[in-house]
Amino acid sequence: MAMASLPLWLGSDYYINIASQILIWAIFALALNVLVGWSGLVSLGHAGLFGMACYTGAWLLEAGWGHFTAVLGAFAMTILVSAIFGALSLRTRGIGFIMITLAISQILWGIAYRWIGLTNGDNGIIISARPTPFGIEMDTPGVFYIFTLMVFLLTMLIMAIFYQSPFGVSLRGTRDQSRRMSALGFNVWLIRFSAVLFSGFFSGVAGLLFLYYHQYVSPHVLSLLNSAEVLLMVISGGTGTLLGPVVGAGLVVVIKNVASAYIERWNMLLGVIFVAIVIFMPEGLVPGTQRLFRWVFARIKSIGAAIKSEAS
Amino acid sequence: MGGLLFLLSAGFSLIFGLMRIPNLTHGALFMLGAYFGVTFLRMGVNFWVAVIFAGIVLAIIGGAIERLLLRRLAGQELAQVLVTLGLAFIIADACLLIWTGDPIPLSAPESLRGVERFFGIVFPRYRLAVVVIALIVAVGLWFLLERTRLGAMIRAGVDDPEMARVTGIPVSRLFTIVFALGAALAGVGGVLSGPILSVYPGLDAEMLPLALIIVILGGAGSLPGALLGSFVIGFIYNFGQAFFPDLAYVVLFLPMLLMLVLRPQGLFGKHPS
Repeated sequence: MAMASLPLWLGSDYYINIASQILIWAIFALALNVLVGWSGLVSLGHAGLFGMACYTGAWLLEAGWGHFTAVLGAFAMTILVSAIFGALSLRTRGIGFIMITLAISQILWGIAYRWIGLTNGDNGIIISARPTPFGIEMDTPGVFYIFTLMVFLLTMLIMAIFYQSPFGVSLRGTRDQSRRMSALGFNVWLIRFSAVLFSGFFSGVAGLLFLYYHQYVSPHVLSLLNSAEVLLMVISGGTGTLLGPVVGAGLVVVIKNVASAYIERWNMLLGVIFVAIVIFMPEGLVPGTQRLFRWVFARIKSIGAAIKSEAS
Repeated sequence: MGGLLFLLSAGFSLIFGLMRIPNLTHGALFMLGAYFGVTFLRMGVNFWVAVIFAGIVLAIIGGAIERLLLRRLAGQELAQVLVTLGLAFIIADACLLIWTGDPIPLSAPESLRGVERFFGIVFPRYRLAVVVIALIVAVGLWFLLERTRLGAMIRAGVDDPEMARVTGIPVSRLFTIVFALGAALAGVGGVLSGPILSVYPGLDAEMLPLALIIVILGGAGSLPGALLGSFVIGFIYNFGQAFFPDLAYVVLFLPMLLMLVLRPQGLFGKHPS
């Protein structure tokens, strides 16, 4: 909690904004982790769901609807697209799943980029104002940060409950032993499908926060680069853990902001990080660091034991 | 267009179907091949020599990627996806750095400019040549895989790597060769695409999904599937551009979605993936 309020004490809008970005991406990464970590389904098209919420929200606001309707409509649309997304992609597993999710998000990207009449193409859509829930203005970075933080904590709480719920347990069951699960009478497809919807909903939450944070949406939110970045967050932090995606999101956003101040080649750095993590720390940073500590600890112990045995 | 797409997807299908590696670098290799073609042409090399040189360079790069990185990750699909994706970003960014962001048009060789007429329909001569090259490559690949000793060894290595190794087949070297061949095909396709599409950053991200669609449509590892899928997608691409330009890119994905619903393993796929 002290850490969460830290950006406010630092006082600079720059840090508060970075903190807001981290939280938004963390929510997105947590959503993807439901599939990648807990269901064993690697989606490379989650930017499609994220962007769907952005675009629907922006489009409804643009068309003159209120914030309430826009948010509701964005969720409805995201869930609908998630359902189509799930129905198509769950016909395969493994590599096939990765490719189909990638292809679906590319379709959505194609619509956003080329169907200029609907989406304004590469120029994107600008929305004029952030909402004012209960009459609270969210125009300053600080207030928006607190709002994002509350959404983030709520998401964490729901994720934690979800993880331990019977549904979460059976979801992990389908990841590890899908055949045994269906032999036990579980409807594996339905469990996975529900996980896709659940993940899609929180991708939508992150997407809407993203929209209100930037007050702007362009086809870039749907790009493969975006899907890859959020996947990198999940994997670098450690799949399957609750804290991993949050750490990963923090890491990627910080590196991106720091690196972009010095070099232009963010994509190349992203690629290098990708390759390095897979080669050196395949299980992710959080479990990887734990392993490193255990290893160091065991070494110290064994050295201690060796000294003792030599002394005796 | 269909011919180009075949060169693109044949390499992808080869690597994906035979080695089970989802090579997301493929689009980047295609673009890299095109840029190498640009460089060779600027050095004053003949167009066809540039095509072959780009193929050779890409074969070396592909072989190196397989040997140095993918070799360690055999059987780990997720890791392979991530490494190839990471490499794709690195290559795309390196291209932007070296060849800058401006689109570079390539001109077709002198002898192939102009058009031919068949049955009253006008065909650009260069595009016809690309189709012919694609067909030659298709027959060549089929012959290589089905009729030669090397091809038999590759198929044996794919079906049962352990057993193949026991009988003295150098499986790991063969896999490097297959990967290099796939990369070379991407490179050749890249240069050949230059006069039609011109070379620009983002070509990789545009091409990779096309390769995915074609392979899903035709079935992984199936050359006839890749050939048929390429021409179907090629036609849809061209007609789509003409009739509904706004949605051309989206329409491309419809056959794939239909195929997934009706027959997830693809037209010529052997086993559901």
